[in-house]
Parts: sequence; structure tokens; C-alpha cells
Amino acid sequence: MSAILQGAGAGAAAALSPFNSIDSNKLVAHSRSSLSVRSKRYIVAGSDEGTNKSFGSSSLIARRSQPLMIPNAVAATKADTASSSTPSKSGHELLLFEALQEGLEEEMDRDPHVCVMGEDVGHYGGSYKVTKGLADKFGDLRVLDTPICENAFTGMGIGAAMTGLRPVIEGMNMGFLLLAFNQISNNCGMLHYTSGGQFTIPVVIRGPGGVGRQLGAEHSQRLESYFQSIPGIQMVACSTPYNAKGLMKAAIRSENPVILFEHVLLYNLKESIPDEEYICNLEEAEMVRPGEHITILTYSRMRYHAMQAAKTLVNKGYDPEVIDIRSLKPFDLHTIGNSVKKTHRVLIVEECMRTGGIGASLTAAINENFHDYLDAPVMCLSSQDVPTPYAGTLEEWTVVQPAQIVTAVEQLCQ
Amino acid sequence: MATAFAPTKLTATLPLHGSQENRLVLPIRLAPHSSFLGSTRSLTAHSSRRLNHAHATRRSPPVVGVQEVVKEKKSINSLLITKEEGLVLYEDMILGRSFEDMCAQMYYRGKMFGFVHLYNGQEAVSTGFIKLLTKSDSVVSTYRDHVHALSKGVSARAVMSELFGKVTGCCRGQGGSMHMFSKEHNMLGGFAFIGEGIPVATGAAFSSKYRRDVLKQDCEDVTVAFFGDGTCNNGQFYECLNMAALWKLPIIFVVENNLWAIGMSHLRATSDPEIWKKGPAFGMPGVHVDGMDVLKVREVAKEAVARARRGEGPTLVECETYRFRGHSLADPDELRDAAEKAKYAARDPIAALKKYLIENNLAKEAELKSIEKKIDELVEEAVEFADASPQPGRSQLLENVFADPKGFGIGPDGRYRCEDPKFTEGTAQV
Repeated sequence: MSAILQGAGAGAAAALSPFNSIDSNKLVAHSRSSLSVRSKRYIVAGSDEGTNKSFGSSSLIARRSQPLMIPNAVAATKADTASSSTPSKSGHELLLFEALQEGLEEEMDRDPHVCVMGEDVGHYGGSYKVTKGLADKFGDLRVLDTPICENAFTGMGIGAAMTGLRPVIEGMNMGFLLLAFNQISNNCGMLHYTSGGQFTIPVVIRGPGGVGRQLGAEHSQRLESYFQSIPGIQMVACSTPYNAKGLMKAAIRSENPVILFEHVLLYNLKESIPDEEYICNLEEAEMVRPGEHITILTYSRMRYHAMQAAKTLVNKGYDPEVIDIRSLKPFDLHTIGNSVKKTHRVLIVEECMRTGGIGASLTAAINENFHDYLDAPVMCLSSQDVPTPYAGTLEEWTVVQPAQIVTAVEQLCQ
Repeated sequence: MATAFAPTKLTATLPLHGSQENRLVLPIRLAPHSSFLGSTRSLTAHSSRRLNHAHATRRSPPVVGVQEVVKEKKSINSLLITKEEGLVLYEDMILGRSFEDMCAQMYYRGKMFGFVHLYNGQEAVSTGFIKLLTKSDSVVSTYRDHVHALSKGVSARAVMSELFGKVTGCCRGQGGSMHMFSKEHNMLGGFAFIGEGIPVATGAAFSSKYRRDVLKQDCEDVTVAFFGDGTCNNGQFYECLNMAALWKLPIIFVVENNLWAIGMSHLRATSDPEIWKKGPAFGMPGVHVDGMDVLKVREVAKEAVARARRGEGPTLVECETYRFRGHSLADPDELRDAAEKAKYAARDPIAALKKYLIENNLAKEAELKSIEKKIDELVEEAVEFADASPQPGRSQLLENVFADPKGFGIGPDGRYRCEDPKFTEGTAQV
């Protein structure tokens, strides 16, 4: 509790100036503790006590009287944690944005062709501190501060990739990449094909997206649904420090263009990750919690809502299997299929919009491939088809909450 | 259309709002007035001032090299090119013209489809620039890219096959007319949407700078980006001018101003039609050159390329040129004034070079004729080759979507989809 207040206090001074919304994100990154001072008045007493041990000063403040949302990042109530982190003898603890930075730095050390470009990635260290310190170490050309021209600098990254470099292009917020849609769709995705395989585009396009804390509609977008139809790209979403680092490294090493979706609210997750080098497979899903009764498919922040709901469900006697699909395009139909064959019931929990989101595609894929194994229709819980409102109450209602997940499972398992 | 904005009035003083002088707020060091070979139009006092301003930039010294060099050459009464160079230029332009004419024929015979945009009339720009480049320099173009590819060294066979949609095409038949790529010759495309190639070109130039400054390699490669007047109203153009000038990237932005974007006259679309002026606004030289004269283009190109290689940064070159055909083979071309077309037809770059070579005793009529014949045979052979080449098989459908086909993911059976034999046959459902 005191840790939370302390964290809130630390951010307070910085938060008082009238910045625009991007600056408030800056503050989030700065404070490294409470997500924002605004939610100071929402500090919850009591219900989060038992769950946030591993977070220390980085706990995310729950809103209103909701319990703390983010359990231990490696939470798996059963011993079998298939592909989640199994720290070796030592391991070291860090926050998710540090894990991303570590992965990026290791790849930049390993291959001098890897470079970073984006707004404020250099001297500023990145608006979420993912590239902090890298400009000092690698120089201004390898960690390039671009002007504000997403379309052009994304295209520039693509041109650089075609001629031998391996750029990591950062969108300060995923939403800004809407401005780069021309380049991402036409050049990033299609150029390898239209050139008859002559040119490869080994770029990584990454940035924070998702619904944050009252960031307003335009900063709360989920671009995975818009990009998913583009042929020729891969999309992955990280959710823990372990898979963040692993996916970052894998994405950089991949010869395909990869879009790595991070989430604004997950940057301060703390976890202990292995010291030795590791990579996460770009095309594989992650088993978070094995179970028997129902398959819950989720990704990014909703993983934590699902795990929160899982606690409640376990208390009620259910045994949910939670899978973080991680790979948004292509879907890991093997892991997903095996799970469906076991449980016969599927619930998809996602933050994407209802219409045309990842959940919609996943529902179609499951129905197509595993129809015979289903005892009930696939249920998909998505965000409302609503521009994310600013007001806290409204924002809460656009996103899927653990209580809804519990209700849905109960319904499916009747 | 006899309004003040009609294209035929281009040669008159343009009725631009505000005065020219008011717009140029840079501290300009006026280069000595000379008969800069930028334009064959009669220079009004107004436009000669403008041309002098062309070489001024905000921070770096004005690009006076071109004027000085040419003045010098003219004064010593020596020629701009040697015989060998002249023949190379001539052959390249003839290749471009013959190839495009053959394309038109083939299109109307049903051998190629879709949108085909021909380059007739603009050959001086392509030849003037690209014949100065090395193999490792990069070229980025738009959908009007056949001749850029040919000038850069892609074989006529490969381009024709690509147009016919055959496997032997430079992009295996997967790109088509608007996507000519060649890794070997560093032809970076071929882009269907205007403007989207300019950032790619900027990236290639960035790559070159990166190799030099970070990887410490010996890299002097430059990139030339070709695009039209319509593109100059597009945001990507300006964003890239900014970045290129900011980081002094080795790139040359070449505007092929043929006055028309399909049916939209440049003057109707642009608040200030003088595109070269946009260069100094970003801190790079802006040069206007007569794009119907390959020698003039070449002189400007030499300086711009040398500038880039020296690490002094980008140049914006506006080439006044004209396309003799419609926008594409589907364009009836009814909007353009016959008088305008006739005027530019009289300035055919090939005829101009031929005249220059013969008058200056660099070549004889017979030599040039034999080049034309050689090219005719080459182009016919290219058609035969393309005709005889096979069409892509089903198995090619799913190749090249991903450089690493694992990107298609893991199928329900646990294997990667790309390992499925149906996949390599092209019949798998992905």
C-alpha cells in the first residue's frame, strides 16, 4: 500500500504541468511507479494486498473499487508452465520496457545492421523508455530521431531494409501508424511479393497500443485489426517481460516484416527473466494456465483480465485453460486446436473492437478448423465498437472486465 | 482553352499571386547571370532572375558548378560529350522509345494487360541521369518505370516478360508494369501509388550514409528518385525533402514535370507551379532544367550526383518534359491541346541528340541508323522471348509472400504450413 502511494507521489510533481496527452505518457514512463497521478484518488485499499508482491513500486493502480488488475506476470496456479518463463538458476528481475530494451540492445550489439528509427527514440530515450540509453551507446544514426512524419520514415525504414539494414521502426503510439498505412500495406507487406522475391523487408514495427488510462479515443486504438489483412506481414503481441524480450529478438532476426504490439499499461510489469540468451517463437502461442473445462484465448493486456477471472473461476470450481495467443497473424492453430480438442469450449477475450477484430478472425478460424470438436458456439468478448471515451467510467465499460469473463465462462460451461 | 492558366501559356510570365521576389526570403547570393541552359524558352527578365535564384540554398553555397562548367566548356568551344558517350546516350534513348512503342503494340494485341504507362518523350530524363550511375547506385521510380529499368540495365527481355506476366519476367510475373524491380541492378521499383517510392528512395540513401558513417564501409552510392509533377503536391514528397536535407542524404529528387497528372494540369493543381523552388525551402539546391535535352539534363545530373557522392546532401531537379502519349494506354488523351503536343513533339529529345551528334561530327547518319536497327532487333527478340516463356505455375502462388515462409504459421497438425506439400503446390488454403 505504501508502495503505491509513494509511487503516486513521485509522479505527482511531474504531472502538474499542462502537457498534451503524449507528455502525460512521458510522465508515465518517467515515474516508473504508479501509472499516472490522475488515478491517485482511485487507490484501492485492501483487495490488492495479496497479489502484487512481485511488482514492488511498479504496481498499476486499480481504478475505483476494482481489485488490482495485474497479478504476477508469471502467474500459473499449476506447476506446469509450458512456455512461460522458467528462470534458470539466477535470472534477473526487470520491468517489461527494460526487457524490450535489453532484447533490442542485445540484437544491436549482435548485428551492426540493426538500427532504430522513430520519434524521440534517441536523445529522449523513447516515450516509454524502451530505447533509453541506446543513442548514447550506438550513436545518433543508429538510433535515429526522426521528424514527425510517420508515412515517410516508415517508408524510409522499408527502403533501408531493402538495401541491407534491419530497422526497428517505432510508432510513438500504435495509432500514429495509421499515417503510415500506405507504406505498411503497400511496401512493407507486399513488396517482397511484387518484386518476385528479390527484396526482403526485415523490419520490425513496434509501439504501444491498446486502451490505457483515459488517454482518449485516438490514443487508445487497437491497430491489430486494421493490419491483419495485409498479406506478407506477421503480427505478434507481447504481454510479459519474458515474451517481450523474446519476441523482440525473434522479430529482429526474422526476415519477414513483423509488427510487434506492446500495450501502454504493461510496460511496468516486473518479472524475473533468464540471464542466458533466449528467443520466443514468433508463430507460437503461450500456454499460461493449463485446464480442462474451457479454453480462454487472449492476448496482451486481456491476458491479465483473464487470469484475474481465472482465480475467481477456480474458486467457483471451474478449471479454465488460458492461452495467450501471442501470434496475432498467423494464428498458432496447433496449440489452439489441441486445447479445443481437449476442452470443447472456447472463449476469446480480447481488447480489439468487436467488428473485424482479431477475435472475429480467430472465431472464424476455429469454426472452420475445429467445428467438430466444439460443444458450444465460440464466444468472443471484445471491446465495444465505440471510440474509447475519456471518462473513466465509460472507458471501463468499453473494455472487457474480469467479471464479464467469469459470467461468460459460467454461461458456456452450463 | 485560352485562359491564363492554360498550359500553352506556360511560357508567359505566370500570373502567380504575390510577386516572385516576395516569396524568396532567403539570403540569396545571386550567381552571375548567364545563359543557363535550363530552358529553351525565351527568358523573360523575370524568369532569368528566377533561374539565378535556383542555385541558392539557405546554408550551403549556391550550386554554381553547372553554369560555370558549361560556360567554360562552351567558351573553349569543346563539346559536352565524347563520341562514345554520345552513342551510349543515343542507344539508350532509342531503346526506351522502341520498347515503349512495342509495348503499345503488344497491349493492343492483347499480350499485356492492366495499367501500362508509357514514357515516350521523356527519355532524356532517364538517360540523362541513369547513364551517369554505377551499378550499385539505386533508382526508384513510379508506375512509369519501364524505361528507368532499361536505362539502369535490366534487360529488355526481363522487362517485356514481366509485362507479359511470364515467369522469366524480372519479378517472375508477379509485379507487372508498375512494379519493375531488380536487385542485381538496384532498381528499387516501380510503385503504383505516386509518392510512395520517395520514402523508399530516402531509405536507400539512408542506407548508403549508414554504411559510410556507421559501418565504416567505402560507400559512395547515391539514389535517384524519379516522380512527376502530381507527386509534388503529396505529403510524402515534402516529408522526404525535409529528412534528406536534414541528414544530408545522398539522394537526388528528380521531378519529371510533364505538366499533366492524367487529366489534371499542373497549373490547376499547384499553388506555386515552380517545383524547383521547393528545394531551397528545405535547404537544398533546386534546379530547373530542360528535360527535352539530354545533354542539359546530363550536365545538371553530373553536378547533383557529384554533390551527393561528396556527402553534401540532396538536390531537387525539376525537368521540364512531356509525354507524347496519354497517361496510360487506357487514356484517350483528349484533354491536352494539340498545339501543345505539337510544340513538344518538335522538341523530341532523340531528334535533338541526333542533330547534335551529326552537326558536331560525333557520329554519322549511318552509325545512328545501325543503332536503331540493332535496337529494333533487340526489342523484337525480347517480344519473342517473352512470348515463348511459360506462364507462372500454380506452385508460384504462395511463394514470395514471405521471405521466411514460416510466416504462414503453424497448422492444426503441428507442422508449419509451408511444409505442407499442398502449400508448395499452391493449392493449400492459408
